[in-house]
Amino acid sequence: MSLSLDEVRHIAKLARLELAGGDLDATQAKLNGIFGLIEEMQAVNTDGVEPMSHPQDLAQRLREDRVAESDRRAAYQSVAPQTEAGLYLVPKVIE
Amino acid sequence: MSRTDWEVVIGLEVHTQLNTQSKIFSGASIAFGAEPNAQACAVDIALPGVLPVLNKGAVERAIRFGLAVGATIAPKSIFARKNYFYPDLPKGYQISQYELPVVVGGQIPLLVPDGKGGTYEKTVNLTRAHLEEDAGKSLHEDFHGMTGIDLNRAGTPLLEIVSEPEMRSSAEAVAYAKALHALVRWIDICDGNMQEGSFRCDANVSVRPRGQAEFGTRREIKNLNSFRFLQQAIDFEVQWQIDLIEDGGKVQQATVLFDPDSGETRAMRSKEDAHDYRYFPDPDLLPLVIDNAWIERVKGELPELPAALSGRFQGEYGLSAYDATTLTASREVAQFYLDTVAAAGTANAKTCANWVMGDLAARLNKAELDITASPLSAAQLAGLVARIADNTISNAIAKKVFDALWNKEGDSADAIIDAQGLKQVTDTGAIEAIIDEVLAANPKSVEEFRAGKEKAFNALVGQCMKASEGKANPAQVNELLKKKLG
Repeated sequence: MSLSLDEVRHIAKLARLELAGGDLDATQAKLNGIFGLIEEMQAVNTDGVEPMSHPQDLAQRLREDRVAESDRRAAYQSVAPQTEAGLYLVPKVIE
Repeated sequence: MSRTDWEVVIGLEVHTQLNTQSKIFSGASIAFGAEPNAQACAVDIALPGVLPVLNKGAVERAIRFGLAVGATIAPKSIFARKNYFYPDLPKGYQISQYELPVVVGGQIPLLVPDGKGGTYEKTVNLTRAHLEEDAGKSLHEDFHGMTGIDLNRAGTPLLEIVSEPEMRSSAEAVAYAKALHALVRWIDICDGNMQEGSFRCDANVSVRPRGQAEFGTRREIKNLNSFRFLQQAIDFEVQWQIDLIEDGGKVQQATVLFDPDSGETRAMRSKEDAHDYRYFPDPDLLPLVIDNAWIERVKGELPELPAALSGRFQGEYGLSAYDATTLTASREVAQFYLDTVAAAGTANAKTCANWVMGDLAARLNKAELDITASPLSAAQLAGLVARIADNTISNAIAKKVFDALWNKEGDSADAIIDAQGLKQVTDTGAIEAIIDEVLAANPKSVEEFRAGKEKAFNALVGQCMKASEGKANPAQVNELLKKKLG
């Protein structure tokens, strides 16, 4: 499998990346290189091997259900570009 | 084609907010109504370098739900990233479950109103239920042309419950949503507060010619937060799809919103690629492993479930399926009923049911009171039922006593009956005396009755009851009056 330039453009758009000119071709080549590697790995017989969702064969540790955080809004908002009435302000988004 | 040639197909996705103390992946509080962003910690606002740590309480609630619907609890499930950009989702992805959800399968039994005053039974199969985090809130009021973002809700634990597309009408969809709503409150995993968004429904709706095997193209109505809106939105959507197809159009898959003011559904401005979420396992989270010991412990802590209790009410108390379902609508109502029957005796279970579902429910509803805040206790109601059962008072007088108990005019039915002299008159001689008086005072009615007017008899019974201030035993009045006139 290899990606067309249009597919690369689509993926870049989903990732909010602006790929101009030569960047597009270079990215296509890199991504196709990865697909090549995947194809190579798919040639390996993995019958009977259980898929892993994480490289470490461990279970998720769980946290007790307790409130452990206090209000640090002032500190977090001191680095925000714009706030008002406790809200973070962002360029208008409307459905 | 006429309306009846179309079959409606509905599947629901319900987001239930889990009633934990803290968020699903952080230690911030999820209490409702805090100052904006006061409960959004570093994890919730996605500061660099933070890591999610899964809340045991959220997992436990998912297990409770799975057990309550007879589902499989996955021994191993995984969390995935659902990628999209929106300002109220600061990480750029939502942590959810995709390939291996925590709950698989399960069933919800329903009683659906048939629109003719009756009901029918139906079972809806569940596809899955998975854990995920909620997003923040965008406030589109005018902040100098900008949007305000409140991230208090970001990271709130949700259990998304997905049904199979097995509902065939808005009535079935509403019955399913109500049953699910009752169940999550019953097992205490969600407060069910729909105004605050704790229970939100998305409805996938399509139509197909009856008899066709393939489903039609569906549209998804998002974020319905009341049962009435759910029904209205589905009814509108179904008609819209049928009209479109009958006019030669084709339904396009889309996400739509319901506008309660106009009663219409409309497609959201189609965001290109909106459904290209590129799910992949979240490398920040290891697989969630749930062992049998944990499942067994949770099973041991589950209360008797509404379906089982409803079955018991029908089997042991002889209640109808409808009554049993009504009385198991919430744990509080069921408990009140159980307490009433415990005090009044199983023989009076049906009378207890009538009072709890009838006068008590109506009074509570009018006063906007929860049954836990009822001014009338189960023991007091049982005392009233006992006096009806042993013929101390008639049903009509019982309503008076009920009012008096409600208004706290006395501590018990007995005290009120004594204090207000409401004891039923069952003495034949006393009743005969009343009848004689009434007959003497109403010669016209007597005449009419003798002339064959059955109605006149009822008028005379009414006069006798009135003369006795409602205290004469109605059955005896009937019998004795018949004798005297016969």
